[in-house]
Amino acid sequence: MNEELIISGRENLMVDPQLHIWHWPIPLYLFLGGLAAGVLFFAALYYLMGKEEQYRTAVRRVPFIAPIALVLGLAALFYDLNHKAFFWQLYTTIRLESPMSWGAWTLLVITTASFIWCALHIREFFPKWDWKYGWLKELEAFFNRHKKPLAWVMLIFAIITGVYTGILLSAFNARPLWNTSVLGPLFLASGLSAGAAAIVLSSKNREERLLFTKIDLIILGTELFLIVHMFMGFLASTQVQIEAAGLFLGGPYTMVFWIFVVILGIIIPGVLDLMELRGRHIPALIPGVLVLMGSFAFRFVFVFAGQVSRWLY
Amino acid sequence: MRYAMAVDTRKCVGCSDCVVACQTENNVPIGFCRDWVVEVVDGTYPQLEIELRSERCNHCDNAPCVRCCPTGASHIVEGGVVMVKPNKCIGCGACIASCPYDARFPHPKGYVDKCTFCIHRVREGMKPACVAVCPTKCMYFGDLDDPNSDVSVVLKKRKYKTLIPEAGTKPQLYFLI
Repeated sequence: MNEELIISGRENLMVDPQLHIWHWPIPLYLFLGGLAAGVLFFAALYYLMGKEEQYRTAVRRVPFIAPIALVLGLAALFYDLNHKAFFWQLYTTIRLESPMSWGAWTLLVITTASFIWCALHIREFFPKWDWKYGWLKELEAFFNRHKKPLAWVMLIFAIITGVYTGILLSAFNARPLWNTSVLGPLFLASGLSAGAAAIVLSSKNREERLLFTKIDLIILGTELFLIVHMFMGFLASTQVQIEAAGLFLGGPYTMVFWIFVVILGIIIPGVLDLMELRGRHIPALIPGVLVLMGSFAFRFVFVFAGQVSRWLY
Repeated sequence: MRYAMAVDTRKCVGCSDCVVACQTENNVPIGFCRDWVVEVVDGTYPQLEIELRSERCNHCDNAPCVRCCPTGASHIVEGGVVMVKPNKCIGCGACIASCPYDARFPHPKGYVDKCTFCIHRVREGMKPACVAVCPTKCMYFGDLDDPNSDVSVVLKKRKYKTLIPEAGTKPQLYFLI
């Protein structure tokens, strides 16, 4: 049989023998960003639908996860930069061709909005909270008057944040595994399911828990559909994408992907959600934690496997 | 003006003089390289064929690294040469991930580094260091818009290929076959 052997004299750190320029902070950030996008999306959505009182946990309490997740995520991103002292260069320009550029601006908006939203609801946790300074009180009154536009900003930018983490990867044509447009919706779905799971985990109201269990189930179904769709696309594409899909179909990432992402992260919590909705009592902790872990594992597997996939020449 | 380079895979002996010349000329940190030699062995023993290629940044016409750079640190100068401004680069690694040729690497100082076609030499009328030093004279450099440049002349005479043209990057490093 004809064989080809390629020997390269190149041995650049973080590039050879295979790319490993992005380490654990990147998938960690992608998970935290997705989770924040999910909780803020539901908070804004149910506030705008006028159901603030009915779904109090979702609108007022769970959003406190968002600023914490975003700040931790931003710290992780900063930690992974190689030229840290120049990070501010991100905010000297907007380059629409670069998802990382408009993503950085989106993060700025969504992080600010999440802080304001939490400040407006701080009395949920500290009933006697006092802003002390007059100008802070005026600021609070101002945003309380304009809570609707704030919620709209949050809703729209939550969607952009959720999608952009996927687009960021799908824009790299050099890495065949990432180079699929399904990745945007798939990352959004994964972030939304993590957000819904966080609400189910935190809520003490049965009606609210059931609603978000139902939402979680629908999103998990969508995720499964998108994953199947992604593999169909890969297998019908060029040789490099067939090989990229092979990383999950018998290749080194098969076990971790199917066990941790698909079975433990989507199918089992989906079945448990369904059982809960059918009237069986399932402790909310189990599906909730599984969904969060699945969403977390999904980003890790994708970021690392994507860097292994390549064009061979 | 469109600078390009042609490498004769039939003349190259894989001595790596181009690699050392580049490292010396550009003060490339130890352990890294902006250009490198690839040896491809094809066939079944004893019917084997070897191709030697001196590779580097392809200074693509449709450069994904320039497109994905969030700060504009990766940019294009005269002749389509792709460059990095160290004081604009945040070292995010997006350009490194975007290059199908893996031609970029993180400099130990933090910014991203790569081949510049030795634009500092070209501006003074000299050839890039790798081209100038090659003992078998297997590399040709010049302006594709000038029909009399070394690279235009040799590309007219010889058959050539580029690397992964199907990636859509429009690479400007030609390999004579």
